[in-house]
Amino acid sequence: MSEKINLKLKVWRQNRGEAGRFEDYEANGIDTDASFLEMLDVVNEEITLGGGEPIAFEHDCREGICGCCGSLVNGKTHGSHERTTLCQLHMRHFKDGETVVIEPFRATAFPVIKDLIVDRSGLDQIIAEGGYVSVKTGNAPEASTTPIKKEMAEASMDAAQCIGCGACVAACPNGAAMLFTAAKVSQYALLPQGHPERTQRVLGMVNKMDELGFGNCSNEYECAVACPKGIDVKNIARLNREFVKASLTSEK
Amino acid sequence: MKLDAKIPEGPMAEKWTNHKFKVKLVNPANKRKHKVIVVGSGLAGASASATMSELGYKVDCFTYSDSPRRAHSIAAQGGINAAKNYPNDGDSVFRLFYDTVKGGDFRSREANVHRLAECSNLIIDHCVAQGIPFAREYGGHLDNRSFGGAQVSRTFYARGQTGQQLLLGAYGALSKEIKKGGVTMYTREEVIDIVVIDGVARGIISRNLVTGELSRHEADAVVLATGGYGNVFFLSTNAMNCNASAAWRAYKKGAAFANPCYTQIHPTCIPVHGEYQSKLTLMSESLRNDGRIWVPKAKDDQRPANQIPEDERDYYLERKYPAFGNLVPRDLASRNAKMVCDEGRGVGPTGNAVYLDFAEAIERLGRDNIEAKYGNLFEMYNRITDEDPYTTPMMIYPAVHYTMGGLWVDYNLMTSLPGLYAIGECNFSDHGANRLGASALMQGLADGYFVIPNTINDYLASNNLPTVGTDHEAFAEAEKAAQDKLDKLLAVNGNRTVDDFHKELGHLLWENCGMARSEKGLKEALEKIPKIREEFWKNVNVPGSADDLNQALEKANRVADFMEFAELMVKDALERAESCGGHFREESQTEEGEALRKDDEFCYVGAWEFQGLENEPVLHKEALEFEEVKLSQRSYK
Repeated sequence: MSEKINLKLKVWRQNRGEAGRFEDYEANGIDTDASFLEMLDVVNEEITLGGGEPIAFEHDCREGICGCCGSLVNGKTHGSHERTTLCQLHMRHFKDGETVVIEPFRATAFPVIKDLIVDRSGLDQIIAEGGYVSVKTGNAPEASTTPIKKEMAEASMDAAQCIGCGACVAACPNGAAMLFTAAKVSQYALLPQGHPERTQRVLGMVNKMDELGFGNCSNEYECAVACPKGIDVKNIARLNREFVKASLTSEK
Repeated sequence: MKLDAKIPEGPMAEKWTNHKFKVKLVNPANKRKHKVIVVGSGLAGASASATMSELGYKVDCFTYSDSPRRAHSIAAQGGINAAKNYPNDGDSVFRLFYDTVKGGDFRSREANVHRLAECSNLIIDHCVAQGIPFAREYGGHLDNRSFGGAQVSRTFYARGQTGQQLLLGAYGALSKEIKKGGVTMYTREEVIDIVVIDGVARGIISRNLVTGELSRHEADAVVLATGGYGNVFFLSTNAMNCNASAAWRAYKKGAAFANPCYTQIHPTCIPVHGEYQSKLTLMSESLRNDGRIWVPKAKDDQRPANQIPEDERDYYLERKYPAFGNLVPRDLASRNAKMVCDEGRGVGPTGNAVYLDFAEAIERLGRDNIEAKYGNLFEMYNRITDEDPYTTPMMIYPAVHYTMGGLWVDYNLMTSLPGLYAIGECNFSDHGANRLGASALMQGLADGYFVIPNTINDYLASNNLPTVGTDHEAFAEAEKAAQDKLDKLLAVNGNRTVDDFHKELGHLLWENCGMARSEKGLKEALEKIPKIREEFWKNVNVPGSADDLNQALEKANRVADFMEFAELMVKDALERAESCGGHFREESQTEEGEALRKDDEFCYVGAWEFQGLENEPVLHKEALEFEEVKLSQRSYK
């Protein structure tokens, strides 16, 4: 059964182009069945009626699939509950009277836009370098032409689940986007459709990642722990193999 | 306004092929001279942008999200239909067409639906070629599952994340074209008005959601792919930012709005549990393949589910509709859930829920099998409710999910405002009064990949559109009107938040214009809505400023449109004094209490024309004719 709890919040507030700071708020009478974002909604209603400006945070689907939401909660991306996005974190995991620290994702390549909202457009730029199969509408052969081993399709799907939230980047001490990039490279490396472009895909995406200021991988595995979709760190190994192979065979 | 659906001549199965041959083409070298604006980057918007760019058009694509990959198509769980007939169970293009017309309760346009069914197979081919990891059988071939309203297995799926995978495929295609320079992507840009010059759509006004800056964009045609209006109810399964604003502004600029009262209430959602609740979560309809829906036979039975013996349970769908059982179409499943709860046989703390029980399926197939099929859905349910569906039946209740109504479009998907197109959920065209499961993804992608890239040529080739320049007075006026409205919202400085008003409006609509409607209830809503709207403009509190990232202002601007749209929706519901598809009109039922459709009076598309806010809108009726699927009362018994 649900109950009501009271929390103390320390929330990062920052305006565009200014330095940020923590501010204190109280979240009172929060239903333990509410989600973390619904708790923030309640706090924002109070801030608004009190004449203040509500806390800006990114969110949309609130069912853990769009990848919009994400903040550091007590230092952990999406909070400390494993395989969860912030919108699917429920207040029953907090204790009455607890102090909760809420900050934006911290990474060199994710500048803060406002409060808890960061700019993750670098992830789109990485995808644009080859995170797809270049097939024009109308080019496709009949769908059943090429059978694909079920195990391969499943492994590809495991990687394809990435929601692009950026938690892996924020959790990495180097601010690397290796898990994100690896997931996309793996999805296509595991399927025959991805093979014609595999060389330029991995080289293009990795180069873009470096260019945008995402850090290097030093095998901390924090990314895999932070990933709300449980994307396996083995994908990074696959990315490295793809990269080495591509570097050796690329004709450019 | 005269509505001309422009349905091509010829036999049903040949209309689309003939039409593609007859439309005028723009030669490849001239395509790059045309710019098309696409608003929205969901399945329809991303696929249309990518495909038009592949053809050579210059495309500007707009989304209010930080990335095109966020659109709410991503949340579709169950799958996408296609008439491949891989399971060899008798499927065909005609059967998919037939099921969709019948499932839509004979309120859709046959020619459009047939084209949709024809495109379905091309979509699967294309998505497989894109590397979308659809579920496969051990032999390596594509797997199918069944969905409500069909007796064949024609649904392709990628676990419970089909929408995500298809959207990421379309996003990949879009990214490819962005990289090539064919598409210019505008993220965190919200389109807030359509610019009309000499009676045709020539551009948009957008607002940068980070800086608040308004900007003007000119084009030869504008395509709206802005989704549905389910969030008018406040609580729905839509994402928080889904809104009706672009479609509503288009309506106010002269595009007719069709069937706004057609909303789909999805039968399997997690029930409402508190005032703080911000949205409802859907549990895929695919769960009805193995889950059995029941309530206690007795009223007010407070025992936990596992203490209610088998003979005291009412598996009401299996009892009433033996041929389809738990797989009846969505509208029937929803209405029956409401009926048993209204009888006092609902379960859970609020009494507004029914059980969806997997005990029998787990016994028959084994827990591992159920976990492989539905694991992620069960996990999601557990996360939200803190209950384990492997041991305790799920509790579900219907919730607003999809809107079949939308901007009126002709066969080319052009609205009644020339140069303005509407694709995907934001048009009215293919689902009639009720959408079948796994058909939304199909429609979004059919419109985007295959329909609009063919039909838009005809408009661009037939019209010699002069460059007008964004300093044209129509752009200046639209920009000023947008700015004035934002300033007005900020200036109210009242005592109630935007959400507070939105909840009040949503609650009224759910009670009076939801699953069951009556003349009395609708008239009452029509009296109340203008009062809520009036108070909104006097007493809303929108903090912050217009030249900053201001989420409260974004929301207020959208809710202000919902306040107007709601009235049209209720008017349309009042006008349609029949029960059909997604909605049940209390005055129109059979002796057994089943929905009674009235084909003599209401076999039409109701398209509303704006006449200014102070005046009554004018209703235009596009008569629906059924050549191939004979008009009949639906029976799933």
